[in-house]
Amino acid sequence: MPVSVNNSEIIFAALKSAGITLLSALPETWLVHVMQMAEDDPDMTLIRLNKEEEGVGISTGAHLAGRKSAMLMQNHGLLTSVNGIVSVAQLYRIPLLLVISYRGEMGERDPWQTEGGRITEPLLRALGIIYRKLVDPETVAYEIKQAQTLAESSLRPVALLLTRDLMWEE
Amino acid sequence: MLREDALEAVYPRLKSQVVVTIMGAVAVELYNLGHQPNFFYLEHGMGLASSMGLGLAVSLPEEKITVLDGDGSVLMNLGSLSTLARYSPPNLTHWIFDNESLLSVGGFPTATGAGTDLAGIAEKAGAEHVALADTVEDAEQAFNEASEREGLSIIVSKVEAIGPSSFAMDINLLENRFEFSRYLRGLVG
Repeated sequence: MPVSVNNSEIIFAALKSAGITLLSALPETWLVHVMQMAEDDPDMTLIRLNKEEEGVGISTGAHLAGRKSAMLMQNHGLLTSVNGIVSVAQLYRIPLLLVISYRGEMGERDPWQTEGGRITEPLLRALGIIYRKLVDPETVAYEIKQAQTLAESSLRPVALLLTRDLMWEE
Repeated sequence: MLREDALEAVYPRLKSQVVVTIMGAVAVELYNLGHQPNFFYLEHGMGLASSMGLGLAVSLPEEKITVLDGDGSVLMNLGSLSTLARYSPPNLTHWIFDNESLLSVGGFPTATGAGTDLAGIAEKAGAEHVALADTVEDAEQAFNEASEREGLSIIVSKVEAIGPSSFAMDINLLENRFEFSRYLRGLVG
């Protein structure tokens, strides 16, 4: 599977450096390595979800208790999480770090991913969620740290889109 | 059984726990018994109170966490029962008050009145301890047992579809959020 192990390691290390100790996630091809790293790391709690919106509740509970967490999901997971994001995370001003694999963008070969890809960024803009696309492994650690900083100061969700260029090697 | 009678019976014990309620009647009835900084009323995001309880339970392993949920909310996020059972935090009680109704939005019947069995679903989702408590006496006993045991406890109580005469609560939701968070962070030190 040509998902980049190196860049997955960079992402996981950066999440840990940002102080994140709890990840809630639903498996996705591009995220398999990051999830496995979370599973194998005794300092990281991984909660495997049935549906992504659960992760909004989990991260809300964690934040109110003073623990840093992030949600790891595909952009279609973002779509199923919208009500939780709006009516819990935004309503209650929760700094929610959304780490999203950006399927369906340029270079996508799977037809079923393309509709979600088309509306991911417009949706984030409609929700007023500030986001960055992560492309270059050199900047990943910096961008994750900056995103977590903004989430905590603004007390709002912030999103990072993991692009094909970052995640896929072939 | 009236939900408010069950809540009143366990209120002294709830005061010493971290409590999350769903919106509507449950929130108001607990609030009317006496608000505490360790009580959080999730006023929207239907279905996510149980997920919040899981996030709290894994983040505050020394505390007892209780989620006061309802049939309508649980039906909206049934997968959460499976996630709770999968991780079974030892310090979490998930108490579902089943009035077979979406009472707070006009009393429309839910699927539990047509045969959906939430306790059965919880058991088959893998929850190790599921109690039924339909009288005040049973509710008090079930909650005491849940509070004393180590392990995820799920309680399902059939209650009458009767709520408070007023849904007014003199607490802003952000006030509740920040007070609750400050209290929890004080527990962690």
